[in-house]
Amino acid sequence: MAATCSKTSIAASLPQRKPDPVQIELNGQAAYAYTGGKPFDAALPCVVFIHGAQNDHSVWGLQSRWFAHHGFGVLAVDLPGHGRSAGKPLPSIEDLADWIELLLEKVGAGDTAKNVSLVGHSMGSLTALECAARHPARIARIALVGTAVPMPVSDALLGAARDKEPKAIGMINTWSHSPRGTVGGNTVPGMWLLGVSRRLMERQQPGVLHNDLAACNAYTHGMDAAAALACPALIISGSKDMMTHPKAATKLAAAIKDARSVSLDGAGHALMAEQPDAVLDALRSFIA
Amino acid sequence: MTYNFDTLALHAGQVPDETFGARAAPIYLTTSFVFKDSDQAAALFNMERAGHVYSRISNPTNAVLEERIAALEGGVGAIAVASGQAALHLAIATLMGAGGHIVASRSLYGGSHNLLDYTLPRFGITTTFVDPRDLGAWRAAIRPETRLLFGETLGNPGLDVLNIPEVAALAHEHGLPLLVDSTFTTPWLMRPFDHGADLIFHSATKFLGGHGVAIGGLLVDGGTFDWDKSGKFPTLTEPYEGFHGMDFSEESTVAAFLLRARREGLRDFGACMSPLTAFQLLQGVETLPLRMERHIANTRQAVAHLVASEAVAGVAYPELENHPDHALAQKLLPRGAGSVFSFTLKGGRPAGRKFIEALRVFSHLANVGDAKSLVIHPASTTHFRMSDAALVAAGIHPGTIRLSIGLEDGGDLLEDLDRGLAAAAKA
Repeated sequence: MAATCSKTSIAASLPQRKPDPVQIELNGQAAYAYTGGKPFDAALPCVVFIHGAQNDHSVWGLQSRWFAHHGFGVLAVDLPGHGRSAGKPLPSIEDLADWIELLLEKVGAGDTAKNVSLVGHSMGSLTALECAARHPARIARIALVGTAVPMPVSDALLGAARDKEPKAIGMINTWSHSPRGTVGGNTVPGMWLLGVSRRLMERQQPGVLHNDLAACNAYTHGMDAAAALACPALIISGSKDMMTHPKAATKLAAAIKDARSVSLDGAGHALMAEQPDAVLDALRSFIA
Repeated sequence: MTYNFDTLALHAGQVPDETFGARAAPIYLTTSFVFKDSDQAAALFNMERAGHVYSRISNPTNAVLEERIAALEGGVGAIAVASGQAALHLAIATLMGAGGHIVASRSLYGGSHNLLDYTLPRFGITTTFVDPRDLGAWRAAIRPETRLLFGETLGNPGLDVLNIPEVAALAHEHGLPLLVDSTFTTPWLMRPFDHGADLIFHSATKFLGGHGVAIGGLLVDGGTFDWDKSGKFPTLTEPYEGFHGMDFSEESTVAAFLLRARREGLRDFGACMSPLTAFQLLQGVETLPLRMERHIANTRQAVAHLVASEAVAGVAYPELENHPDHALAQKLLPRGAGSVFSFTLKGGRPAGRKFIEALRVFSHLANVGDAKSLVIHPASTTHFRMSDAALVAAGIHPGTIRLSIGLEDGGDLLEDLDRGLAAAAKA
């Protein structure tokens, strides 16, 4: 029992505040968020980390731990149907945005002050943007990592995701890493970036990848959301990103009233894995 | 783009360093690493930032070797340790404690057998040994407290080919991982993760190094086993007070095993690899594809030569049609069944002794996987105290010779074998 209570996911840390961790449900489905190695405290400024397509919370491991140990309440979510969160994956960015807002409401974050920061990668960046546009009273700032608005997905990749998922995973894995990242020299000792990325994608349920890519592809009014954005935004891009070209980040920044940009030299689309410290430093300077 | 095996063998895990542009992996012969400031120090200790703190836990030269073997095996990462034995121990100690049980192939390297059969029971971990070809025996040996299935890709001494797809499926059916010792095959001959294995270890001392100058081990995680779903591995799925209450499977979806093995196993057991050793092993790995090709070519010549010899009673090599695992070897080991094999002289123990003494190119010693060809006669060395009857019971004939075929000129090797065979015939 003691072991269970000391777990640091939301499902286990919240029971000290909520009667039963199993009751933490969103839309009738169990939801999971990693809390960075410390129990979640809704009274603290909150940082929500939102993963990209076919991923889960673990892509934010280092960054989420730093914020959790430096005065923030951290929710690194597993989106519905991903990782440890139950249910089917949500079919649109708008649905994902509302799910994030519902999560914040459920855990009591951002009730009294605009103290919530959203940090999203790729599909998660679209989710963060849309959530901030739809729920401006709750969101203080957003950080968009490896982003492009719109985020069109080629028919070839969509088709592969639908009919030949392992092939699609291979394509994404190749395109998500910079030339340097493809060779290695990982910051995390002994870990092979391409292997970690591939296995994580293979862990998700069949059909999730196509759902996620289709959701990105269908999100066509992102530039309207950007133009209407009331909060400041940070855009972190990789100079070698082949999935979301850095030019798209520049274009997006120009559409947002209060935007700042950070370009990570040599980084591909998997920025948090390839340059974890640089991503953290950019987020710190923006949020902390 | 992603790279193919031969390119990864040379490049994976290393880019030229930004200060000097060194093309070869530099040897970071340092025990420890200076922190930039107090905040960075704290962040490194708490896994908020990645990097190196102390070379018992990680080192940049070792990390190149770790990434490279992970890339070649198709895994998520690896840990370099002091020896193959240390790799096996690290795997077991990460997965279980006292009360744990292992089901292992009975065809194991003697060192592994000693660890499992004699030493680990003293720490409360027991093993049931089974005929690796008998899937029913594997199944029957699994108990509620079993935590691991373990075998060698090519068993000792008869080169039993482990049916990884079947044994892995059985393991997974019971929520258990399959660990394989892939020392004899290396990823060039077979990648066990592709066939369902979950964890791999190597005695890098052998073919990966190839030069016979460094002892080392590598433990690789395929990243496919779902520890949470299994529910049998609290070391990976429950908070660990020894590391700030970390729950490793929450922390890393696909690398929980490596995280615990490094953060606990290397930290507390301390069987780390020297960076100098890592550098030496890297030199070997760079030429692994070329060397394995030559090992196999020379081995095939030697096998054919011995099969045709009047002085030889039998040759045990899975590429031969009379080997019990011939069909399985064709499926799992199409590039070759390794370069370590045994054959039996008709003249028994005296013939074995004469054969060994006549050789000039083969080195008489207790090792395998060197660039140089090696030979040993178990009945007069490692098993010399055993009677002929006891030897046969252990699967070793009094006239059995074990060869490890090296990279010398194939003709010279055959000539040397002929020299030995002629001497054996006169014994």
